[in-house]
Amino acid sequence: MNRLVKPRTLFLGLGALCVLAIWLSLALGPVSLPLIDTLRAALRLLGAPIDGQGLEQAELILGQIRLPRTLLGLAVGGVLALSGVAMQGLFRNPLADPGLVGVSSGAALGAAIAIVGGSMFGAVPEAIAPYLLSLCAFLGGLGVTALVYRLGRRNGQTHVATMLLAGIALTALASSTVGLFTYLADDATLRTLTFWNLGSLNGASYQRLWPLLLVTVLVALWLPRRAKALNALLLGESEARHLGIDVEGLKRELVFCTALGVGAAVAAAGMIGFVGLVVPHLVRLLSGPDHRTLRPASILAGASLLLLADLVARLALAPAELPIGIVTAFIGAPFFLYLLLRGRA
Amino acid sequence: MLRVENLHVRRGGKEVLAGIDLQLLPGQVLGVLGPNGAGKSSLLGVLSGELAAHQGRVLLDEQEMAQWPGAERAQRLAVLPQASSLDFAFRVEEVVALGRLPHQSGRLRDAQIVDAALEAADVAHLRGRSYLALSGGERQRVHLARVLAQLWPGQAGHHLLLDEPTSALDPLHQHVTLQAIRAFADRGAAVLIILHDLNLAARYCDRVLLLEGGHPHSLGVPAEVLRPEPLKAVFGLEVLVQKHPERGHPLIIAR
Repeated sequence: MNRLVKPRTLFLGLGALCVLAIWLSLALGPVSLPLIDTLRAALRLLGAPIDGQGLEQAELILGQIRLPRTLLGLAVGGVLALSGVAMQGLFRNPLADPGLVGVSSGAALGAAIAIVGGSMFGAVPEAIAPYLLSLCAFLGGLGVTALVYRLGRRNGQTHVATMLLAGIALTALASSTVGLFTYLADDATLRTLTFWNLGSLNGASYQRLWPLLLVTVLVALWLPRRAKALNALLLGESEARHLGIDVEGLKRELVFCTALGVGAAVAAAGMIGFVGLVVPHLVRLLSGPDHRTLRPASILAGASLLLLADLVARLALAPAELPIGIVTAFIGAPFFLYLLLRGRA
Repeated sequence: MLRVENLHVRRGGKEVLAGIDLQLLPGQVLGVLGPNGAGKSSLLGVLSGELAAHQGRVLLDEQEMAQWPGAERAQRLAVLPQASSLDFAFRVEEVVALGRLPHQSGRLRDAQIVDAALEAADVAHLRGRSYLALSGGERQRVHLARVLAQLWPGQAGHHLLLDEPTSALDPLHQHVTLQAIRAFADRGAAVLIILHDLNLAARYCDRVLLLEGGHPHSLGVPAEVLRPEPLKAVFGLEVLVQKHPERGHPLIIAR
């Protein structure tokens, strides 16, 4: 397997892709704006001294709708890809997915409880209703992951294989509980639940955005300190210990960062699959498994790909909108199969 | 100095090591021999801190093994396991460079050491190749280069533990590898090596420990330990022992 690009080229390419994705994501939609106007309006929003004549509409659309949506896409894509890197490192398997430790299904369960429970009891005040959903999803993800981690521990050591199996069992349990809620739900809540499970950046607002941005920045700042330790972990747990790595601490950090990151992403945008699985794998094919390159490159690639997928979701059936989870699955699933077949050859 | 006193180890309720007293000496290669299941790998596991002793103590520089901070221990003690499960497409030199993780010796010095270790394990020609594209024996030599790099150039106070480093190697590379390990010890490092080949042990080891069912059967210089009686007792194998015509060390031939 030859590497295609040097890290520097990779970062330049991904940086350019990311800028392009941001630009298109700001410009295109039900009301498409001229690219130049988009650029000028965006610069004005950032405080650049540009004449605002004729930009009022562009500024309004950008400021109120497209900018929060784009930021949400960047953060969700980045943090999902980063969590994928963490999980593939933890399980030392290039085909591992952030969902393995139960965080996605836990978040789905939390959201189902919030949606269906909220509609049944109906006593949730308008002001906190949107936060309640995100909070329940976040806590659900964190709770199930904590349980999986707990089940994987024996004699002060974490057994990754046991964690994997516990993750599968708890994912099945959480999914069937979500199924039960689906059965109990009335038509309106059923629709909400379904759309939430398919994921969407629609309705992004700054209120929903800032907790996720905070978590993304935290995780993105924390994990790079462990890039070398993650490289050593790929050799095997005991080999990493012999190289002086605190393996138990590292595993704890990886699980916690993933739970935090994926929990916040799912809470903000629903279930979006395959980004965490495919992006790190793709980056690895381009420039190798070294986490010092892999991690920042995956953030950039994940953010760009999610924005592009969101563009497809917005434009494919315009003015209607596809759930983004469908788009990522349509791209991700065949790619995953391709990787499987390629590995066998 | 790495040493164990009155070591007893249990695994799954069964005592796999009992009454082991052992000291690794600087500048010496200690070979550990014994049939399958004799406790060789368990001994290496305890010495490397991976397995807990049920009774007895493991001391590295007169301090309990478990009390060493990870990185400081890794600067004194390197371990080569029997098999590796690396499943990512690192380049050969990247795998070897992982051995430099416990050190802050700088990029330049690390690069020199990686080069030297690649040469020592005779894998310098594999530079740039993906680890996953290598054969089993080549992978084994890459990992040997990695642990050599971890302690390079090897000096008194360094300890190297190797679990069957020659198991997948062709005859030439069995000798190349053991010569590199021998050179490491000659520079002052203490080496423990698990071997199955009696003649390799006879040629390259300063001392040999024969293990039988978790008990030490005999410990001494090769000429003393690798005799027909102990080998018959431990392995159940009838052998002839002659002098190597050129080198003089024992040459063991199955009857």
